[in-house]
Amino acid sequence: MAGSSVPIEQAAPIVGVLALQGDFREHIALLKSLGADARAIRRPEELAQVAGLVIPGGESSVMDKLSRMFGLAGPLKSAIRSGLPVYGTCAGLIMLADRVLDAIAGQESLGGLDISVRRNAFGSQRDSFETDLAIPSLGALPMHAVFIRAPVVEQVGEGVVALATLADGRVVAVEQGNLLGTSFHPEMTGDTRFHEHFLHVVRSRG
Amino acid sequence: MNDTTSSSSSTENLGSSRVKRGLAEMLKGGVIMDVVTAAQARIAEDAGAVAVMALERVPADIRSQGGVARMSDPDLIESIMAEVSIPVMAKARIGHFVEAQILQSLKVDYIDESEVLSPADYVNHIDKWPFTIPFVCGATNLGEALRRINEGAAMIRSKGEAGTGDVSEATKHIRTITSEIRALAAKGHDELYVAAKELQAPYELVLEIARTGKLPVVLFTAGGVATPADAAMMMQLGADGVFVGSGVFKSGNPEARAAAIVKATTFFDDPSAIADASRGLGEAMVGINVSDLPAPHRLAERGW
Repeated sequence: MAGSSVPIEQAAPIVGVLALQGDFREHIALLKSLGADARAIRRPEELAQVAGLVIPGGESSVMDKLSRMFGLAGPLKSAIRSGLPVYGTCAGLIMLADRVLDAIAGQESLGGLDISVRRNAFGSQRDSFETDLAIPSLGALPMHAVFIRAPVVEQVGEGVVALATLADGRVVAVEQGNLLGTSFHPEMTGDTRFHEHFLHVVRSRG
Repeated sequence: MNDTTSSSSSTENLGSSRVKRGLAEMLKGGVIMDVVTAAQARIAEDAGAVAVMALERVPADIRSQGGVARMSDPDLIESIMAEVSIPVMAKARIGHFVEAQILQSLKVDYIDESEVLSPADYVNHIDKWPFTIPFVCGATNLGEALRRINEGAAMIRSKGEAGTGDVSEATKHIRTITSEIRALAAKGHDELYVAAKELQAPYELVLEIARTGKLPVVLFTAGGVATPADAAMMMQLGADGVFVGSGVFKSGNPEARAAAIVKATTFFDDPSAIADASRGLGEAMVGINVSDLPAPHRLAERGW
């Protein structure tokens, strides 16, 4: 407003959520509640506008297929290489992994995180579970985490920080540069700390 | 997700309501395909199916062959589970809790308590809360959907008329459910008691729908989807995803049709993408017009 002495607030960052399949609406709602301009992304021209990207939970083999079929895989890979902040949950973590174990024949990932991830590492849906996780980098309070036919990180390269592990030591949250990945679904439980941290990465790059 | 209902609260961390409903959340925007062999399951996974439904006969064959339709042979279900890494669902008869116990022991990912099979109990559906594996159930209207959710269903599919390739009943049922949800959301608080009575549904669930404007579980659609355009129409009508039964493997070119329906489900609001997906698919399943079906042969009327 003319004459206003209030400092201009930083514009809400445009954050895309890959919307080929999965629980992308939950991520969009959570990001909006944190003040981001969150948008569904299905096309290369939509991807070009974002300052950060979330890859949601869903079926990784389907996301892989659709992203290649519709010419999104190439632009996604180059955006990741050029430093776009990306946060992947569950299937999104698989998409960000350099190496995928127990993939379906011909399945590819976008890569970026120097990790090996195993799909469906806990078994069938009968073995899906909820638990409380300590995540020291996000504060003292544990995070309630939901694992649904979830992957785990089996091997971590240099430069990758393990943010959370299960009681048996298996790694379920990682960060490397501008890339963040969790085996579980903070978008389902309403704990906003991972998304807040991700938006901080997006803003500090912007 | 909303808080889970009190009936599911438990200190167990396996099979919680959130975990059961959560898998359906992950299937959203996807296509679940009926398959009767491991080879078909492979085609479905390669085409981008988000899950498969393992069964012995697709609904079109159940309809033409007649007789009592039951849970599939465990060997068949296991051969399909061994073939693919996407979730595998399997059907139990309405009210047949032992078939459901068997499917849980086989570690299928989802149980469909389905009107496509012959009902085993004409009064009670399965009490789904004690199971750690989630259930999907069919519904033709909101009251039926809420009764199933009250019994523990973690996912609802509108029924349509399975095995026909005629999408008109699927349209009717998804429209009925979504319009009854809108009607509830528009009611005053003091009108919800009678609304619950008329829907024959628990008041607490009716209150929740009125407040949130949506079901507390994922809503797919099923029964008669045979083309990419059918799938996209269901999505535009408010479905979270699509079941395709006989439509894929009773068509001329299952590989191409399966992939095309997957594409059209993702790009459901983009007519040019749906047009591209619709090209050169060969023959669709022949189909039966629902209006030609005598009432006793309508599967959607099973379940209550």
